[in-house]
Amino acid sequence: MTAMPVSALTLAGRSLRISSRQPDALITALMLPVMLMLIFVYFFGGAIDTGTEYVTYVVPGAMLLCAGFGAASTAVSVADDMRSGVIDRFRTLDIGGIPILAGHVTASVLRNLLSTTLVLAVAIAIGFRPQAGPAAFLAAVGLLLAYITAISWLAAALGLLAQTPEAAGGFTFLMMFLPYPSSAFVPIETMPGWLHAFAEHQPLTPVIESLRALLLAQPAGSAPWTALAWCAGITAAAVALAAVLFRSRTR
Amino acid sequence: MTTHASAALGIHATGLTKSYGDVRVLDGIDLAVPRGSVLALLGPNGAGKTTTVRILTTLTAPDAGTARVVGHDTATAPARVRERISLTGQFAAVDELQTGAETLRMMGRLCGLSPRAARARADELLTRFGLTDAAARTAKTYSGGMRRRLDLAASLVSRPEVIFLDEPTTGLDPRSRQDLWELVRELRADGTTVLLTTQYLEEADRLADRVVVLADGRIAAEGTPGELKARVAGHRLDLTLTTQAAYEALAPRAVHLAPDDLTLGVTTDGSAAHVRALLDELDPDRTAVDRFAVRTATLDDVFLTLTGADR
Repeated sequence: MTAMPVSALTLAGRSLRISSRQPDALITALMLPVMLMLIFVYFFGGAIDTGTEYVTYVVPGAMLLCAGFGAASTAVSVADDMRSGVIDRFRTLDIGGIPILAGHVTASVLRNLLSTTLVLAVAIAIGFRPQAGPAAFLAAVGLLLAYITAISWLAAALGLLAQTPEAAGGFTFLMMFLPYPSSAFVPIETMPGWLHAFAEHQPLTPVIESLRALLLAQPAGSAPWTALAWCAGITAAAVALAAVLFRSRTR
Repeated sequence: MTTHASAALGIHATGLTKSYGDVRVLDGIDLAVPRGSVLALLGPNGAGKTTTVRILTTLTAPDAGTARVVGHDTATAPARVRERISLTGQFAAVDELQTGAETLRMMGRLCGLSPRAARARADELLTRFGLTDAAARTAKTYSGGMRRRLDLAASLVSRPEVIFLDEPTTGLDPRSRQDLWELVRELRADGTTVLLTTQYLEEADRLADRVVVLADGRIAAEGTPGELKARVAGHRLDLTLTTQAAYEALAPRAVHLAPDDLTLGVTTDGSAAHVRALLDELDPDRTAVDRFAVRTATLDDVFLTLTGADR
């Protein structure tokens, strides 16, 4: 009935209004990554030798952790919608599953950009000094957007998979855990051998390595392309999964 | 029935069946609702009311049978059906954290209105539903009745030709229920086709042009409220008995039992001759019956008799 982008943007506005009225959830989503970054820098940082100032090393990881928190609330919102009569009303307006979820994802991306900016601002305040020129900085923002989009779609799909909002919150635990066995907080070489293969090849490592290289004006090699390929792959798989799950949940 | 005849009907369903696993929820439902009329689907929980509504509103596909809404097939032309209908479900589908005005404007935008038109339509509906003062508050602060009104207003943004109301007054206070009844009458007066489901027999009696009684996925009876009432004898003679023994002796003949009051009801045509004969027959010694009352059968009696829920 309505063009799909108009529906998705209208629904993104809805999601943003709703999340802006849940100050406790919003503050948690904004403050937790900042707190974690501070904990790593000041509590653990002194004991971790990364060859640079630890704040310089940890910021890209903190940004990704932050994106994970923001996306988790998307899964809960989607599960909330599925449980209430809202979805039936949207469907009788001839709005399909993908535009409904795209609204949630768009809102999630905007929320995450806000919280990531906050993390970056705090990082700069405590001594993080990005060296990136405009081109590298834009590339870093673009990569971050691709990553946030990918995990937001994944969160939307998990929200459909969960039968309750509580379970949806639990499903996203894995997404928040993934930054730890990667090069986000400590160099992979310091981990036990059996973890190396996973930590080196899991999707977050190339994203973090690229962000670090781009922000600090270091050679990035092929990491950005590997990272983009992972993001594109995860987005495509999550959209396809979400479409299938939406159909089966609304039969 | 031809497509042409079907188009004259707001809702036309034939042979709808639906099973979930081994449970047959609908077992051959036929409906024909003329445009501009009100049909009540009456039945206990689990009778298949909500499933019927979900099929007619394109949300669920039937296993067999066809459903047409204003002439369009719900299976082959769902988009055309959706343009012309609205659904108000059992639970208010409004976001607690959006204001009334935001909810209605959002619905307008989702229906394809421009931002300006959506705002105008929202203001119009807020006024009509008495929500102007609450327009800037989030729905979380609304009473149950206000939420229901906002929910209904949201369903009317698109000016639907056919409106589905699934148990619209469940959980409402009497005043809010009256308001909703009034609204349904207004919609009908505007030429809107209304299908409502209800467990409240009084509601069907007051609002509906025709009533379809559902039980276990089948149509147990249908007709105007008057016809249905007439089908079950029409009147009931309620007898309050003097002793427990007298009550038990007559209980097998009763269609209505109220053991706490030692009262039971038997069917009668309501004529003086029949009532006199019944009293003589049931109480030949003139000691068992304390008081009596003759009542017009209510849809409750019809419902309980037809669905066998009384025993």
